[in-house]
Amino acid sequence: MTIRLGGIIVGLAITAVLVLWSLLPGVYNYAFGPAPEKQPSYAFYEHGHGPEGGFAFDGAFGKWDVAELQRGYQVYKEVCKACHSLKFVAFRDLAQLGYTEAEIDAEAASWTVPGIDPATGEATTRPGEPTDYFPSPFPNAIAAAAANNNAIPPDLSLMAKARHDGSNYIYDLLMGYGEADPAKAAKVGFETPDGLYFNKHFPNVNIAMPPPLSDDQVTYADGTKATTAQMSKDVAAFLTWTAEPTLVERRQTGWFVLGFLLFATTLAFLSYKQIWAGLKPKKK
Amino acid sequence: MSFAWAKQYEPQSAFTKWLDEKLPLPRLVYNAVGAGYPVPRNLNYMWNFGVLAGFCLMLQIVTGVVLAMHYAANGLVAFATVEHIMRDVNYGWMLRYAHANGASFFFIVIYLHIFRGLFYSSYKAPREMIWLLGVVIFLLMMATAFMGYVLPWGQMSFWGAQVITGLFSAIPLVGEPLQIWLLGGFAPDNAALNRFFSLHFLLPFVIAGVVILHIWALHIPGSSNPTGVEVKQESDTVPFHPYYTSKDGFGLGVFLILFTAMVFFLPNALGHPDNYIEANPLSTPAHIVPEWYFWPFYAILRAFTGDLTIPFTGITLIPAKLLGVIAMFGSILLWFVLPWLDKSPVRSGHYRPLFRKFFWFGLIPAMAVLFYCGGAPAEEPFVVLSQIATAYYFLHFLVILPIISQIEVPKPLPFSITEAVLGGTKPGSTSGGGTIDPGSVVEGLPGTATDGSLQPAE
Repeated sequence: MTIRLGGIIVGLAITAVLVLWSLLPGVYNYAFGPAPEKQPSYAFYEHGHGPEGGFAFDGAFGKWDVAELQRGYQVYKEVCKACHSLKFVAFRDLAQLGYTEAEIDAEAASWTVPGIDPATGEATTRPGEPTDYFPSPFPNAIAAAAANNNAIPPDLSLMAKARHDGSNYIYDLLMGYGEADPAKAAKVGFETPDGLYFNKHFPNVNIAMPPPLSDDQVTYADGTKATTAQMSKDVAAFLTWTAEPTLVERRQTGWFVLGFLLFATTLAFLSYKQIWAGLKPKKK
Repeated sequence: MSFAWAKQYEPQSAFTKWLDEKLPLPRLVYNAVGAGYPVPRNLNYMWNFGVLAGFCLMLQIVTGVVLAMHYAANGLVAFATVEHIMRDVNYGWMLRYAHANGASFFFIVIYLHIFRGLFYSSYKAPREMIWLLGVVIFLLMMATAFMGYVLPWGQMSFWGAQVITGLFSAIPLVGEPLQIWLLGGFAPDNAALNRFFSLHFLLPFVIAGVVILHIWALHIPGSSNPTGVEVKQESDTVPFHPYYTSKDGFGLGVFLILFTAMVFFLPNALGHPDNYIEANPLSTPAHIVPEWYFWPFYAILRAFTGDLTIPFTGITLIPAKLLGVIAMFGSILLWFVLPWLDKSPVRSGHYRPLFRKFFWFGLIPAMAVLFYCGGAPAEEPFVVLSQIATAYYFLHFLVILPIISQIEVPKPLPFSITEAVLGGTKPGSTSGGGTIDPGSVVEGLPGTATDGSLQPAE
């Protein structure tokens, strides 16, 4: 009895405190207080939908399009790598993109990575080896910030997983550059500060990265026409691969495991039914 | 065991006879989850989740121990070693996704297990101790899950650690030093990461120990059942093996199908993208949210937006943050007195018309709102909604349950489990009926009178 009486008193006290000191002031403020301020940039943000037709790896049966990944790698190498590192990916990983061992050796050697001079022990540089990871364009974060108007270009290895719906996000972001509608901008007092660039698919609308891609910026080895949309899609696919190289293997394993489990669960269900058969009440 | 008709273990071979004399481990298993444990014959699928929770615990320990072999708890390399597991360790991606989603599925299973207990009043006498130990397990699970989420050392790991340890700073006088002591510094860093790793490795084994107590306490009165009528006679029960081993086997299969579908096809759907960004003390994420299984309690924490003041004097008695912390911990701690708050002698919600209405149209919607608002940004209308739901949550357990248990007129209970399963309203009308005095066949169970009436839960 004491416990229940105590419970009722405590319960009413908590509710009274919540309702009188938090809920009622909150409701009053919500109804009569000033509307919450919204950043003017919200008026310009648009939600993107990714490339038309989607990616080859979309869906539960999707597979890598190796040619697309190779083109995406070329875009990274010729454009993105000027500012962005790819620190969790090694040259040896490129084997998944359909390159042979000799091609990977040659590719790695075409990159310069930090090393130690074997004679003097001093810091130096050397050609890359397949076991090396992609080198960073800047020696440290301070150098990266200093060279980029105080904005550190993020590492791209995991970008496709570090943003909501990342593969489409990367594509949309690369395609989202342009100008804010001047009439609308004048109305809400919106402007893009110096050193930033308008991008309707960036959450903050003003992004520090200059528009990186323009038509025919790279010349694809396989002859594909290098439109901005094509390059955006290719590099988004490549960065999906760098974020999750096991994506396709994972789904294939998943189908095998699911198939086995469906079979085993059917057997378990049948044996359950058989064991209980004599015990179930007769239907009336 | 408590039932006179429970089957006895009989070692067959010379070796098992020898073993039974020296260390009766097979006998223990036989009596715990074998043919020697009589279980009510009418358990529905809601009774599968205890076994599933045990499976989840073992899954987490096995995957976790292997992951720990490849992980390093150091702020400089923790994030990179997780990527090493994902990329270079054989099937490391599978282990890590199974461990991360395993935590989520553990909580799904535990929430269903708890709500089964709430609807069928499994916490009532003679099973209070099982319930109390269950609440302890739940608290340990929350601590373990929180510390595990810090280990990948992503942005949400770091800021989650900052926010959750920050809760302790709300305690008057000792709060700030306490937070510094917990973290081993002014902000989460190596010291915090290392101790969280150590505790994250330790606590699952503590949980396993409490689980053993939980099952031990269960075997004293035996399992509850959907009618809430205690076992009276042999026809009310079936041996755990093979009847419930086969049913749990099927349940485990269904569970594994759903689990593997998440692990292999949507492994990151329950996580947060920000945790794939390495921890950065200089950059705060736009909105910090805990893992989904903490959302209802996070909503209760954030529901208290106003300081408790004496009106017109400007004196603050309790700041809003401390109110929220008290309410959040209180929302779980009140479960410890639940067996004594709900005094209705009837256990099952099926026979409690008033209780059932408040359960389905009060508690469940309130929990759903708290769940949703806990994951939503702290803006209107989510704040007001979570305040209303929080108020209902406390009223439900502390005010409504004690009152309805006093005024409710329960529906008539079946005489026995056998009668509930096989039908028949008059005693003696079925093969399993009660023509004989149940007192002559059943040993007295705590909390029940053998004439079929139920004693009050106190």
